[in-house]
Amino acid sequence: MARELIKGNDALVKGAILAGCRSYFGYPITPASEIAEAAARFMPLVGGTFIQAESEVAAINMVYGAASAGQRTMTASSSPGFSLKQEGISYCAGSELPCVIANIVRGGPGLGNIAPEQGDYFQTVKGGGHGNYRVIVFAPNSAQEMCDFSMLAFDLADKYRNPVLIMSDGFTGQMMEPVDFPEPKPVPERDESWAVCGDADTRPNLISSIYLEPEELEAHIKKLKAKYDEMQRTEVRYEEYEADDAEIMLIGFGIVSRVLRSVVDRAREKGLKVGLLRPITLWPFPSKRIAQRAKQVETFLVVELSTGQMVEDVQLAVMNEAPVRLYWRAGGVVPTAEEILGEIEKMIEG
Amino acid sequence: MARVKALEHAVVTIDPDQCKGCELCVIACPEHVLEMSPELNRRGFHFSRYIGSGCTGCGFCYYTCPEAGAITVYKKGYTPEGEEEAPWPES
Amino acid sequence: MAKKILKKPDALYDVFERKPGVDKTMTHYCPGCGHGILHKLIAEAIDDLGVADRTIFVSPVGCSVFAYYYFDVGNVQVAHGRAPAVATGLKRASPNSIVISYQGDGDLAAIGGNNILQAANRGELFTVFFINNGIYGMTGGQMAPTTLIGQKTTTTPYGRTIRNEGYPIRVCELLATLESPVYIERTAMTDAKNIARTRRAVRKALRCQVDRKGFSLVEVLSSCPSGWKVEPREALKWIEEKMMPYFPLGVYKDVIEEREPVELVERTYTSADIMKGLALADGEAAARAPRHEDVGEMAMKIAGFGGQGILFLGLALAETGMDEGLHVTWLPSYGPEMRGGTANCHVILSGRRVGAPLVSIPNVLIALNRPSLEKFEPALSEGGLILYDSSLIDISPSRKDIIPLPVPATKLADELGSTRAANMVAMGALIGYTDVVSVDGAIAALPRLVKRDELISLNEAAIRKGVEQGRQLRAKQKVAVGTGKGAR
Repeated sequence: MARELIKGNDALVKGAILAGCRSYFGYPITPASEIAEAAARFMPLVGGTFIQAESEVAAINMVYGAASAGQRTMTASSSPGFSLKQEGISYCAGSELPCVIANIVRGGPGLGNIAPEQGDYFQTVKGGGHGNYRVIVFAPNSAQEMCDFSMLAFDLADKYRNPVLIMSDGFTGQMMEPVDFPEPKPVPERDESWAVCGDADTRPNLISSIYLEPEELEAHIKKLKAKYDEMQRTEVRYEEYEADDAEIMLIGFGIVSRVLRSVVDRAREKGLKVGLLRPITLWPFPSKRIAQRAKQVETFLVVELSTGQMVEDVQLAVMNEAPVRLYWRAGGVVPTAEEILGEIEKMIEG
Repeated sequence: MARVKALEHAVVTIDPDQCKGCELCVIACPEHVLEMSPELNRRGFHFSRYIGSGCTGCGFCYYTCPEAGAITVYKKGYTPEGEEEAPWPES
Repeated sequence: MAKKILKKPDALYDVFERKPGVDKTMTHYCPGCGHGILHKLIAEAIDDLGVADRTIFVSPVGCSVFAYYYFDVGNVQVAHGRAPAVATGLKRASPNSIVISYQGDGDLAAIGGNNILQAANRGELFTVFFINNGIYGMTGGQMAPTTLIGQKTTTTPYGRTIRNEGYPIRVCELLATLESPVYIERTAMTDAKNIARTRRAVRKALRCQVDRKGFSLVEVLSSCPSGWKVEPREALKWIEEKMMPYFPLGVYKDVIEEREPVELVERTYTSADIMKGLALADGEAAARAPRHEDVGEMAMKIAGFGGQGILFLGLALAETGMDEGLHVTWLPSYGPEMRGGTANCHVILSGRRVGAPLVSIPNVLIALNRPSLEKFEPALSEGGLILYDSSLIDISPSRKDIIPLPVPATKLADELGSTRAANMVAMGALIGYTDVVSVDGAIAALPRLVKRDELISLNEAAIRKGVEQGRQLRAKQKVAVGTGKGAR
């Protein structure tokens, strides 16, 4: 094990390499460029490939190629660039290719700005590309988790033969924190049951997402759906803090959940029964847990760096068992703990 | 029975059911020994056929044919291997 | 040795099991279509080079989307235009494979125009076969980048015009201007002579890849009788009379002989190699237990001019804090804040897990210039510390509910021989006053943060100087100082 004070973006790349990722295809964009830069620095030193692709579209298709060959591979971008990757992600899902894609979300729509936002919840969590597919989405909130979830993402991508996404933001990416890095995992053997590696054993294999006959495609979609159902059963992850007696339950992910943790501490100092439920996987979403908590809490307060996207999933989970309030900031403004505490106090009074 | 004797003349065989009737082989044949059949194959195409003699084994028909296995050209001196049946008409 | 039999190549399946429907021996191509001819030439070359096991065929979008029905090799079907990008990933991941990107004109020259250009320019070690029939066949005969002037298609119903659609793109000529490609040729599939030339070009291009010479591309003028709405016989004439004058046949680039093969490096990396590559030292520091359980939380804002080493000051504190078992975060000023020559960062050193890394209410402010003091003083929590460079800042903090720590950091740094060490004097002063981390720890962390030896010793001296200042201030104020309450 090795401990290092490191930026989240760099931790993500080191985690990937420790997980056996041996190719990175990327395109520069703020605030995700450090990921490409770290990959450019480290991949050649571990026998891996780094290519600065001609576009985000090319990068995700290079990922498609490397994944087709059974290699652990990844790309990363930020919102506008991530939008461009969506077509390729759909193809990866359709062709059942394991790969990892990070979205370091910035302000939008359009060019927006480079400050931290969560306005990509819809396009990251709800598929984003065309067709019937789902992807596991991790929302790390620390440099350690940027490493840990990067590693876990590769395992789950292989397990389900499906892309796995990491949705983060400029703060989590730029922030330096101590990270404990584990020993490297051996680079996994390529899965010869499906990969196309350019050898005799994999010669009969085909990577494709085209099923011309409606019944054939429907059968394929059913097969995919069975995987997604399995993910929903087994891959939900969340974290709770001071939740058991909470009357007001805060819900937020990523960097917001860090702020909310401070809010809970301060609220408790004031004797307010405030707790935190933090979705770690945005898909599959911890709906069941939220539904359970809905029986206990008086109010949910969802805090997002968007005009309210995840709040829809919370509302679906709560099913009118309790009021669901939303507090949002956008455009790169990250609310302070005091600000949110003020909001809570207003709620209590009001 | 396997034929062990080497071919004395080149021969071309065309599988009528693999022909789509594009006529490219007929156009390409320098010896004009291919023709379109007046009959239709089971797919409804007029198919090309060898008139039975005059093939030099140049392979032009084979290379112009867009179908993978419709045309086979046996050149002079070809010797069938093993149990291979003679695929061309006995001359 | 001349072959005695010309029959279906082994690299094409005998029975097309992947093809839907009952007809498993015929292709899905229209009568007279060029794809089937080129498929055979490619398959024959794969056979003759003995590379079927190593070959990965990339099927594009277009009529040849189903090429994988036919080729008995590894097959990958891809998105429209992206074959060169996918082929790049495949070849890089499996360097010993033989990768074929098979593309039509819309795929290669329109939607995938940049992908082919850049793959060629990178000198990717794969082979591209480019079918140019001047039309989008699969979608029903729309205009392609290679559609001729005046040619009618479903999207140029009055004929392509220069004014509206521009000139047809000559791909070989374009790509031949690049340095990287080693072999580029345009051929046609019309008569036996041209098909023979195509056959040679296909083999040469694949041989070029087998020999690891570089990027190769063969453009093949090919007929689309259905799309052109003519008989196959007429289609051949169209190629000869209309296409060949605009798209002259020939070798546009051939530097195969001059180029050295690209070396295939195969090396295994041990765990130790990986850790070394990632600059991860084995974890002595990681083994250290937390220094103190109830250390409170020091939430700092560190601010000054760009160039004063503000971010480095924060980093050095965070690094030392980490070494000593504290929870730490370091967040640089971000985005627009970075403009205008000021710099600041947020650093938290804490005995417990850190919540928000963004310090909105600091309990420590280190201000190395006047604007920073003025800007951030109001946010400081009651009882907080303001450590400021009294040699640069000609005012004092105005609040009475905070503890001012004036330190002539720049002056002391100048005395040590470098103004740039003022940041380390300030850090030393903070340590000397608060003992938030140990002096030894701060000095031990330096070699990880600073590369040059003379800078390490300068910074060490600056830290010690600062510590003295901090201790003096503490003695003077005779106040017991924890790491702060009310931090945010």
